Amino acid sequence: MAAKHVNPTRMELTRLKKKRTTAVRGHKLLKDKRDELMRQYLDLVRENMNLRKKVEAGIRSANRNFVLARAGMSEAVLNTALMAPKQEVQLEVEEKNVMSVEIPAFEYKTRTADENDIYSYGFAFTSGDLDGAVKSLADILPDMIRLAECEKACQLMAAEIERTRRRVNALEHVIIPETEESIRYISMKLDENERSTQIRLMKVKDMMLEDAHHYREK
Amino acid sequence: MYKIAVIGDYDSIYGFATLGLDICPVRTGEEIRETFLKAAAEGYGIIYITEAAAAQIEAEIEEYRERTLPAVIRIPGVSGNTGSGVEGVKKTVEQAVGSDILFGGVS
Repeated sequence: MAAKHVNPTRMELTRLKKKRTTAVRGHKLLKDKRDELMRQYLDLVRENMNLRKKVEAGIRSANRNFVLARAGMSEAVLNTALMAPKQEVQLEVEEKNVMSVEIPAFEYKTRTADENDIYSYGFAFTSGDLDGAVKSLADILPDMIRLAECEKACQLMAAEIERTRRRVNALEHVIIPETEESIRYISMKLDENERSTQIRLMKVKDMMLEDAHHYREK
Repeated sequence: MYKIAVIGDYDSIYGFATLGLDICPVRTGEEIRETFLKAAAEGYGIIYITEAAAAQIEAEIEEYRERTLPAVIRIPGVSGNTGSGVEGVKKTVEQAVGSDILFGGVS
């Protein structure tokens, strides 16, 4: 019998059949969505990992350069040199829709177009190491922005994949079997009713014939 | 128009100032939390945070994980790489696929 109580009526049967059709269709669509999301996600996450390794290596070497630069200068000189940044980065964010997941696409603009405008100090009192350190950091900035975009997209897509998978599983293993069970129950009940009605009619016919003609059908 | 913030200890992040990113030097856990929440609310598009600082406010970062903005990205600090950034990527694979089938062998 069905897990929950259903009325064995024709109306209920039609309703359940409709529900099953919708569920089956939804299940198919969601499964397709999950597969496509997964395909895109796997490409993206590989890129994410590569970018991350590249950026981490870049930052590590930039940090090493900064430590060297600091060693060659007094703290006060360094702080003065970096006190007033010349450059400014502004971020344009567009939202891209990938399989109904809103992922951000970053585009950055620097205040001045000249990429050498990163040195916020005169060269007279600072060591050459600092220039190299700043340059090495500037070089990995595009990758860092790309990493941010990629990693965020991965996080959002992973969440969406998980959600979609849950839905697919819920439909496949709970909703659809439950509905089918109910449909089976109702149609069996209806068949049973029909048979008993038929038997009752046959019996009545027999009784009426018997009354009218004293005739017994064998 | 969004800006980019970098959160972490001063030694790890002062270089980013020259590139035009906003740096927020922090020291204590409470400071990190406050700065992070403020930055997230103020409309920064990307927040880079050092792995050491991020380790102290995992719960807060987790909250922003499923929002479109801001993107919270871990970067290694001057004291070295703890690997939690790579760990984060593996976590998304685990969430999406069920188990880490891509980078399981690679540390």
